Amino acid sequence: MKASEIIRISWEAIMKNKVRSLLTMLGIIIGVAAVIIMVAISSGTEASIEENITSLGSNLVYVSQAFSMGGVQGMRGGQNTAGEQGGLVYDDASAIEELGNIAGVVVEQTTSLNVSTGSVMVTGTTVVGSTADFPSVRDMEIDKGRYFTDLDVDNDNIYVVLGSSLAKELYGEEDPIGQDITVGSARMTVIGVFAEKGLVGDVDYDSRLYTPITVVLNYLTDNPYARFMGDRVRMIYVELENPELMDETILQIELLLAKRHDVTLDEPDFTITTQQDIISTQEATTAAFRNLLSWVAGVSLIVGGIGIMNIMLVSVTERTHEIGIRQAVGATPGDIRWQFLTEALLLSLIGGVLGVIVGVGGSYIFESVSDMRTLVIPSSILLAFCSAAIIGAFFGFYPANKAAELDPIDALRYE
Amino acid sequence: MVKRTIIETLDLTKIYGMGEISVHALDGVSLEIKEGEFVGIMGPSGSGKSTLMHILGCLSKPTNGTYILDGEDISNLDKFDLAIIRNKKIGFIFQSYNLLPRTTAIRNVILPLMYDRESKMDIFDMEDKAIELLELVGLGDRLDHQPQELSGGQQQRVAVARALINDPVLIIADEPTGNLDSRSGNDLMNILHGLHENGATIVMVTHDPETAKNTERTIHLLDGKIDKIHENGHIKFAEIVGA
Repeated sequence: MKASEIIRISWEAIMKNKVRSLLTMLGIIIGVAAVIIMVAISSGTEASIEENITSLGSNLVYVSQAFSMGGVQGMRGGQNTAGEQGGLVYDDASAIEELGNIAGVVVEQTTSLNVSTGSVMVTGTTVVGSTADFPSVRDMEIDKGRYFTDLDVDNDNIYVVLGSSLAKELYGEEDPIGQDITVGSARMTVIGVFAEKGLVGDVDYDSRLYTPITVVLNYLTDNPYARFMGDRVRMIYVELENPELMDETILQIELLLAKRHDVTLDEPDFTITTQQDIISTQEATTAAFRNLLSWVAGVSLIVGGIGIMNIMLVSVTERTHEIGIRQAVGATPGDIRWQFLTEALLLSLIGGVLGVIVGVGGSYIFESVSDMRTLVIPSSILLAFCSAAIIGAFFGFYPANKAAELDPIDALRYE
Repeated sequence: MVKRTIIETLDLTKIYGMGEISVHALDGVSLEIKEGEFVGIMGPSGSGKSTLMHILGCLSKPTNGTYILDGEDISNLDKFDLAIIRNKKIGFIFQSYNLLPRTTAIRNVILPLMYDRESKMDIFDMEDKAIELLELVGLGDRLDHQPQELSGGQQQRVAVARALINDPVLIIADEPTGNLDSRSGNDLMNILHGLHENGATIVMVTHDPETAKNTERTIHLLDGKIDKIHENGHIKFAEIVGA
């Protein structure tokens, strides 16, 4: 029998029982849709991680206090109690700047304070103390006014630059440049506003307030021991000139800091992280997520296949008499086998097509209802579709074989 | 001119089951049927006539003995080759018509051609041939009717057209009038006689002596053996038409 005829017969058999066929396909539809959505979510997540990291600035090396030394307190910035030793200080940054292959060094110290214009007050604003290279190292652009200079930092001029949303909250449509502002208990002057940056790795850069690091250290740290602690900073960002020399430069920074802090490299009081480390960590997380979903998708495809096998077995039984008629007029076991295999295959392929539609549609819906990004990958559609076909052929074989092996006389007598 | 032998069996035996409970459905049946013969097979139920029909129709194999159909020994063919033989050489007419449900008359008739692996006919040639045959059995105006829209007599005539489409050397009719009223039964017998007049070889299984009289020769089976063979002589198509 011609392939076209077999496909026609199978198609008719499927269409005669539309509801049953649809229910049979459900497992395959869910499995295929799951594969596509899962790949879309994990590639969307990967893409946004990558974008986040590039938008944090390129060729960055992060030097931070080691957890083991500073503990959680250390991470929160210079509010350590006096008894603890070690940690990064402001002068470390200047020392690093003297090394080779350094494009820029930025220190960052944050604290949380209430900010007020007199008429509007925003509580718990994150105040970032930093240096003049901050906008270039962190890829931020000034929208209005200017950022502070090295001179401002050295003179600890009490200037502030506002994040875009913070500026809008405090001043509305009014021009904030030159206005007075109360940060904590200190009065300062607004000299600039950043352009909108958006959320980057869960940090809202737009709602923050930026001042020279010296201002944070001298005016805004309410810890009475702050001066005594020697101008601690939470983190030093180092931008490299040539990323290919990253390993050498990191070693130099390690040696320098070890010497300055009087520790050995085996037990440092600081940690150096590269962007690559962060990417790897994030990728490991997404890979774990993807593996889990792959199992879910795989299991539901197999369950779908079992569903197809089940219904095909029912169908073979129901159509035993038909099989007998076909055998009587000359259908060989091979003809019968092909007929039912084609039907199973067609069921799973139609299921596959519907699954692709549900999967692609689902990915878009998922993106619009959640804040996770999805990216539909064409190869995942192909993969899902091929798995559906393989499942159909695999689980269709047993019922088809059963049909092919029926005895013509028994089949003809079956009512 | 000597007519060729279509069916030749030698000592056909069919045993169902094994050991103590085995049943000899056929117990050494030897017969010969020439081209163009119209032969009846009669016998009470359990006499083995169905079993013989199944073997002659290549639906099952004898346990022992030889069956030569159209010059080819088919006693030891496998399922695949038996299917090919059925497809090329045999046309079946069953008591219960055995048409595919929800399938038009024309589609039912071309079914055997669909399974013919050597056919060079395209679907239009097949349909032309099917239309010709359906017109021959008087169903030229029922081409696109499905079995459930046809009367029993009409369904059986579709089955006749199907049995003829592959130009079989042997037509096997298993109680063809069994489910029909006497009028439709007569119509059908007329069609069979028409085919016979045109040279078809027909083997008809029946339990009805009246129907059996319409054949040239009746083979009576009893307990799996040939009991007697009754020669009815040459029957004239015209007599039946007049009946």
